[in-house]
Amino acid sequence: MIAGTARLPDHPERLWPNPEPKRSYDVVIVGAGGHGLATAYHLAKEQGVRDVAVLEKGWLAGGNMARNTTIIRSNYLWDESARIYEHALELWEGLEEDLGYPILFSQRGVLNLAHSLQDVREGVRRVNANRLNGVDAEWLDPAGVKEVCPIIDVSADVRHPVLGATFQPRAGIAKHDYVAWGYARAAAATGVDLIQDCEVTGFLRDGDRITGVRTARGDIAAGRVGLAAAGHTSVLADTLGLRLPLQSHPLQALVSELLEPVHPTVVMSNAVHVYVSQAHKGELVLGAGIDSYNGYGQRGSFHVIERQMAAALELFPVFAGAHVLRTWAGVVDVSPDASPILGRTPFTGLYVNCGWGTGGFKATPAVGRCFAHTIAHDEPHPLNAPFGLERFFTGALVDEHGAAAVAH
Amino acid sequence: MMLIPCPYCGPREETEFHYGGQAHVAHPADPAALSDTEWGHYLFFRANPKGRFAERWRHSVGCGRWFNAIRDTATHELVRVYEMGEPEPVIE
Ligand SMILES: Cc1cc2nc3c(=O)[nH]c(=O)nc-3n(C[C@H](O)[C@H](O)[C@H](O)COP(=O)(O)OP(=O)(O)OC[C@H]3O[C@@H](n4cnc5c(N)ncnc54)[C@H](O)[C@@H]3O)c2cc1C
Ligand SMILES: [Zn+2]
Repeated sequence: MIAGTARLPDHPERLWPNPEPKRSYDVVIVGAGGHGLATAYHLAKEQGVRDVAVLEKGWLAGGNMARNTTIIRSNYLWDESARIYEHALELWEGLEEDLGYPILFSQRGVLNLAHSLQDVREGVRRVNANRLNGVDAEWLDPAGVKEVCPIIDVSADVRHPVLGATFQPRAGIAKHDYVAWGYARAAAATGVDLIQDCEVTGFLRDGDRITGVRTARGDIAAGRVGLAAAGHTSVLADTLGLRLPLQSHPLQALVSELLEPVHPTVVMSNAVHVYVSQAHKGELVLGAGIDSYNGYGQRGSFHVIERQMAAALELFPVFAGAHVLRTWAGVVDVSPDASPILGRTPFTGLYVNCGWGTGGFKATPAVGRCFAHTIAHDEPHPLNAPFGLERFFTGALVDEHGAAAVAH
Repeated sequence: MMLIPCPYCGPREETEFHYGGQAHVAHPADPAALSDTEWGHYLFFRANPKGRFAERWRHSVGCGRWFNAIRDTATHELVRVYEMGEPEPVIE
């Protein structure tokens, strides 16, 4: 919350310099989304690595960072996930101060609705698991849901009746652009080069050691390279013959016109594939599920939106008069266990951060800290150790489908 | 919304179909002989190209049959559809 701040932050053009790329860096990060920027910031701040470049093919934070529905929560089922997402949430709670920049973090809580007996059992189990992990969580009956969010229809005779919900009061939303600009500004202030319009097309290598990257603006040598390219990680890994267990899918969202404040919290429903919050300015922000097919087109199918709107209207009859202002899609990389992949690769000096699928925005501060640690020490931070690539061969999967897939 | 040419029924809207992921992934001939790494690859790793992709679709609310397609994952262009069991066609 930006207590007492009446004006908007400075225009991004003036927040950081726009340098020419140098021919060599200690560390090159591919992708200037929230994850890449936060990693550069933590490399400089906590690991003392300042000779860093973040290379972005488009414009800064124009990928999924600019397209997501900004839901932040930590109510995941397994210990491994609860730890890393809860660490992120703790960092979110101090991020505005840490970056010295407004991010409009609003802890308005999140409801995850249950529409079937199976949903109810899964929800109650997750609340118990969350509490054992020190994550704030409550189980609410339909009347309790109505109290938190009065505009939800909790009557019994609708197609997907609300049988209850998990509630995490500390969850919420933040202003995604400001988060990116805050990290970018703070990273640039420590000497990190943020280089836009610089697509990485391949790698420089010496046997199994990565020694740099090929880019649209020439080769750049690097002691270490970290991938934070979200939905496009497979495209880069393919140039090395490195296989990753990822599938990239379109994921869409939409906003309504501006409305007066009607929606006080965040509401998510896995069963009917819709999630809704009301942005600070007043737009209703609605997300859907991924399109079933693989796609890099940054546009999803109309029927997915249609279904999502039908579900939203049933839950929130007051939305009936609202007009859609704009729809868009991102490209998200989904892993087989709906958990991220963050760690070393078979190539010396190459690190991956990918597979966050539909839900990586909320992890941004923790990714920054953990990925920076992994790159600087050539070894995972304890929080991301369970999320290495080797789990697909050992079988130690972190199966978060119930708490993560499709929902954010 | 894609218009998908079912080889048996002709072009139909995407909503009539079910997606089946990468085509031509053969079940291991001698499963017991696979190492953990090879099993991991068989179970969890699929191609994810930006461009042409050989994949499976099922016309679930039409004829109900599975078939293969070559689709461009960047442009959504459906380059070719062909029957299950046919080898992946070589296109230019
Ligand atoms: C519609 C939608 C809704 C979502 N809702 C939520 C939500 O509510 N909560 C949540 O937690 N998460 C959500 N997500 C997921 C979240 O946005 C992502 O998990 C997260 O943004 C991924 O990390 P990132 O920010 O670094 O990715 P991105 O912002 O996508 O960053 C990757 C960057 O890499 C760049 N890049 C790619 N290839 C190259 C290359 N070869 N060379 C140089 N640069 C390259 C891209 O241009 C991009 O800027 C949503 C995503 C979408 C699409
Ligand atoms: Zn058919």
